[in-house]
Amino acid sequence: MTATLTPVLSRTWDQPRSWTREVYEQHDGYAGLRAALDKTPEEVTQLVKDSELRGRGGAGFPTGMKWGFIPQGGDKPIYLVVNADESEPGTCKDVPFMMANPHELVEGVVIASYAIRAAHAFIYVRGEVVHVLRRLQSAVAEAYEAGYLGKDVLGSGYDLELTVHAGAGAYICGEETALLDSLEGRRGQPRLRPPFPAVAGLYSSPTVINNVESIASVPSILRHGAEWFAAMGTHNDNPKLRSKGFTLYSLSGHVVRPGQYEAPLGITLRELLDLSGGVREGHQLKFWTPGGSSTPLLTAEHLDVPLSYEGIASAKSMLGTKALQVFDETTCVVRAVLRWTEFYAHESCGKCTPCREGTFWLVQILRRLESGKSTQAQLEEDLEKLLDICDSILGRSFCALGDGATAPITSSLEFFRDEYVAHVEHGGCPFDPAASTVFTEPAGSTTGAGAR
Amino acid sequence: MTGHSADVRARLESEAREIIARYPRSGSALLPMLHLMQAEEGYVSPHGIELCAELLDITAAEVAAVATFYTMYKRRPNGTYSVGVCTNTLCAVMGGDQIFATLKEHLGIGHDETTEDGAVTLEHLECNAACDYAPVMMVNWEFFDNQTPESAVGLVDDLRSGTTVTPTRGATLCTFKEVSRVLAGFPDGRAHEGPAAGPATLAGLEIYRSQQEDAAKPASPASEKDGVK
Repeated sequence: MTATLTPVLSRTWDQPRSWTREVYEQHDGYAGLRAALDKTPEEVTQLVKDSELRGRGGAGFPTGMKWGFIPQGGDKPIYLVVNADESEPGTCKDVPFMMANPHELVEGVVIASYAIRAAHAFIYVRGEVVHVLRRLQSAVAEAYEAGYLGKDVLGSGYDLELTVHAGAGAYICGEETALLDSLEGRRGQPRLRPPFPAVAGLYSSPTVINNVESIASVPSILRHGAEWFAAMGTHNDNPKLRSKGFTLYSLSGHVVRPGQYEAPLGITLRELLDLSGGVREGHQLKFWTPGGSSTPLLTAEHLDVPLSYEGIASAKSMLGTKALQVFDETTCVVRAVLRWTEFYAHESCGKCTPCREGTFWLVQILRRLESGKSTQAQLEEDLEKLLDICDSILGRSFCALGDGATAPITSSLEFFRDEYVAHVEHGGCPFDPAASTVFTEPAGSTTGAGAR
Repeated sequence: MTGHSADVRARLESEAREIIARYPRSGSALLPMLHLMQAEEGYVSPHGIELCAELLDITAAEVAAVATFYTMYKRRPNGTYSVGVCTNTLCAVMGGDQIFATLKEHLGIGHDETTEDGAVTLEHLECNAACDYAPVMMVNWEFFDNQTPESAVGLVDDLRSGTTVTPTRGATLCTFKEVSRVLAGFPDGRAHEGPAAGPATLAGLEIYRSQQEDAAKPASPASEKDGVK
């Protein structure tokens, strides 16, 4: 049986001018907001709790529970901050979503802000996607014009300001407390917790930080109800072992049809590949990431693991951002891991020693291994040292960047240790980098596979 | 005190006040203000830093500490076009490394260097959230999807010769300074240019639509509303 796709966030993307208020309203746009304003903030939060929506930005924390942590009735203002700093390697869902359907995010922002009683919300979007910024600026302006934002939203008596804020290029700002520091006008460096942002976030005030997709999923829950949402996904009597709703899976790499696939949580990579035409012709899957480069690599033996929070956890990885980067047998895993590690070393903010120093030394050792400059005598020590450094970073860093940096290394050593050895035996990389590109015909290939 | 002329300074100050007014606390205005300084001068200059410090009542050292943390802020005058090639793992494997090497040779410059005519500043980029269009290039932060070494050479040649260039998904290409103004939060009226989505973005939706068509014949046409009953 063919797996089901469930376009909700993506339902309007093929409509002309889908990014405008006019088109969004033709597709039930802002109906969720009207439904929310008929409820109390507590009822809205409860509805989102009942839906079992979990964070779509990587960590998977229950969204309604996060909203419920905000202390109400204090004298400090409450803020909502949307994390639109999509930068995790492989992750490419929020950016196309905001370009095609920014109003659904704006609607979600108003609903979430109402639920937590925020009077000011922010969308922190990475700066390197200027057209997405334009679409957000335009959507927010249109929402003000229509009375969805500003004073007395739709006559409800509720006031909300929404500011779109462009970042300036720093992966670390996707970490929620670094994002807050950045939004306050400082270097983006993570904060020590506690206090958690729910108590002392933006300007030391109670703050909810949610990923774009998490917030954007909320209007549909208001439109259709929590039961509708929770009917999709995986089922288990233990709430911790189930994943509810739909989500955007981003397929990239050596596949016939890369792109965005919106499906219920729990679909498998095999099902997604079957739907989309599979791995590029004449090649086989070698390794893949379930949710960006910070999630441990998986292999062909994991093709049937459900892409749910608990499913991927059972395979010792993480669902992360559902960024399915697929690499075929032409790809050198050591080269891939080195490049990711260079990225983490570059993006390490420098605040904590394990990550700052550890990522630096990981790069040095990986470069030696990848270039074949390690010796047989040194090899075992190098591989052991890699794991030793990873052990010193994982769980000992200030934030998850350090943890993420270790994921490709430890998982690749588990599945592809031989390939590290082969670099030393070969005196360099045994792979032809041209064979893995999309525009070079692999030697001996008789088909047009891989060409565009 | 600053190197801006009096009228430029007055305009920057007035625009900076507009930025500051967007936020509950003035400090939050710093990142957009630095984008504004780049919109004026094509980089964050020492007197741009001083102006930010003065208007936010913080020290120039505090501003410089922020300006040097973020890769989008340039410390030397940038070319009219920032040409970036993604060389993070997926794009690199798919051909980004070859594209970057080709451009370095073709332009005769390296990472973060500018051609003599001031047209192009070449950079290698980290993941820019368009992996389903790999290999990806960005010009002034607009998407140029599914690139090859040949298309990349054609692109920079067009940029240097002044030929109009259109991104795959985005608005007609602006200059680095013009784009920096949008980043500072001053819309340029181009939001409605360009498509809603490229082919990869629509891949899943198209498969869904054809499944619905197959299933719904001759019943009611595929719902254009939420794809779930």
